[in-house]
Amino acid sequence: MKKSLLLMLVIPAVFANTSMASKPSQNRQITLRNMLKHDCGACHGLTLKGGLGPALLPEALTGKPDDFLISTIINGRPGTAMPPWQPFISHDEAAWLLGILRKP
Amino acid sequence: MNKLLPLLTLLFSFSVMAELRATGDLGIVIEREDGNALIINTTEHKRLAKIEKLGDLSHASVVFSRDQRYAYVFGRDGGLTKIDMLKDSIDKHIIQAGNSIGGAISQDGKLIAISNYAPGGVKVFSSDTLELVADIPSEYGEGLRSKVVGLVDAPGQRFVFSLFDAGEIWMVDLKNPKAPVIKKFPNIGKQPYDALISPDGRYYIAGLFGESGMALLDLWNLDAGVKRILPDYGKDDEKLPVYKMPHLEGWAVAGDYLFAPAIGQHKVLVIDQNTWELHDTIAVAGQPVFVMARPDGRQVWVNFAFPDNNQVQIIDVKDLSLSKTLSPGKAVLHMEFTPRGEQVWVAVRDDNQLVVYDTETLQEITRLPANKPNGIFFSSRAHKIGL
Ligand code: HEC
Repeated sequence: MKKSLLLMLVIPAVFANTSMASKPSQNRQITLRNMLKHDCGACHGLTLKGGLGPALLPEALTGKPDDFLISTIINGRPGTAMPPWQPFISHDEAAWLLGILRKP
Repeated sequence: MNKLLPLLTLLFSFSVMAELRATGDLGIVIEREDGNALIINTTEHKRLAKIEKLGDLSHASVVFSRDQRYAYVFGRDGGLTKIDMLKDSIDKHIIQAGNSIGGAISQDGKLIAISNYAPGGVKVFSSDTLELVADIPSEYGEGLRSKVVGLVDAPGQRFVFSLFDAGEIWMVDLKNPKAPVIKKFPNIGKQPYDALISPDGRYYIAGLFGESGMALLDLWNLDAGVKRILPDYGKDDEKLPVYKMPHLEGWAVAGDYLFAPAIGQHKVLVIDQNTWELHDTIAVAGQPVFVMARPDGRQVWVNFAFPDNNQVQIIDVKDLSLSKTLSPGKAVLHMEFTPRGEQVWVAVRDDNQLVVYDTETLQEITRLPANKPNGIFFSSRAHKIGL
């Protein structure tokens, strides 16, 4: 079951490999970390333990594929309060943010 | 003279020791990242004290005891802290839930109610001892518990709140705190995200995130149930993404009009309070977060969600037009008017500042440092229904 879910997600994954993603510049990293804490934190909690949005702690994200979560960040989830961040965050930056979420 | 001297010294030292402090012009500023509360004086524009380590205050709000001595701070982490503003100290602190969003104080000042996300529900405490008085789980469907939002106090020792996940409004009567009487209003609309009550305590309105319009409950006429207002507004328009949920706080009412943030649109809605129909919309700089009326109702101040959160716009209620755009700094999170509205304090998170404006001239009066401030609450709230 897990495998087929993974397979489904492998196709878009060609464009989205966390390890291959280029790292944001030092300055941009500071901006992104600040965003994560405050702008994402507005819904997910400053400590990412959850609020209106679910917790984004490593335990909460285990088992969910990178591409799925990166896509959530970039495109949002229609019908829920999770907005698309694509105007402000690039794909690589979303991948980098996810890396931080997985091991802060 | 010989005899008088010790007496004089005594008198002198006494007045130094017991520096009297009135609390009617004080306020609390939340520093979200450090989890601190600053006690400030709004007349002198001074920071008086810093109360530290109240926990996660990333979404904190404050209510005041009716004697204006104590401030109750509701933290995101379920923390409830009672601050003594005379002693600059924490009187009591408890953790009452895992994740909470706000609170209210009862009409008689004896009860503190808190709305929780996890575990979903409302808990009620004695304002004196912070002992648990009532526990009201927000159960719906099969064993589900909803996040609770939009909790306010209402006349008759009642609290009203909304269930985000269930789409319900509940009213609880705590005249007998040991036996709360709950009245539920189901099917009020999808995902109520916040609510407010009119200053006279009559109308409770919940904003809906999941569908168009707002849900209105007339507390003078409960049998009429919840009515949907502006059901068609924005139905066919494309919704813009919402990067921060709007807040409905205080009743931005001026004359016959209620001002509210449109959701997913860069507009402020002007609703006619007699018919509950849309009177006008005012185009603004971004997704409004707070839409707050100056106490005299002549102006409405609006701040915005990311990425337009460096601005504040002021609506002139006389002709329902924008009169000015201010740029206080990076990430304007909250605003609070002095009790009669001659000044407003603005929290600018990323510039680590509080900016005070003269609301008549719209000129800046002063700035005070505060580390990542996100909420400003003045003790004058103690005597207002719904705050
Ligand atoms: C306006 C509120 C809001 C903001 C701001 C917000 N989110 Fe979310 N987010 C949500 C909600 C609600 C969900 C759950 C959606 C659902 O029900 O599937 C979610 C889901 C997610 C998920 C998926 C979690 C999972 O377990 O599936 C990730 C990852 C995420 N958000 C990351 C972010 C990041 C990164 C930011 C900031 C750049 C952010 N969010 C800002 C509301 C928000």
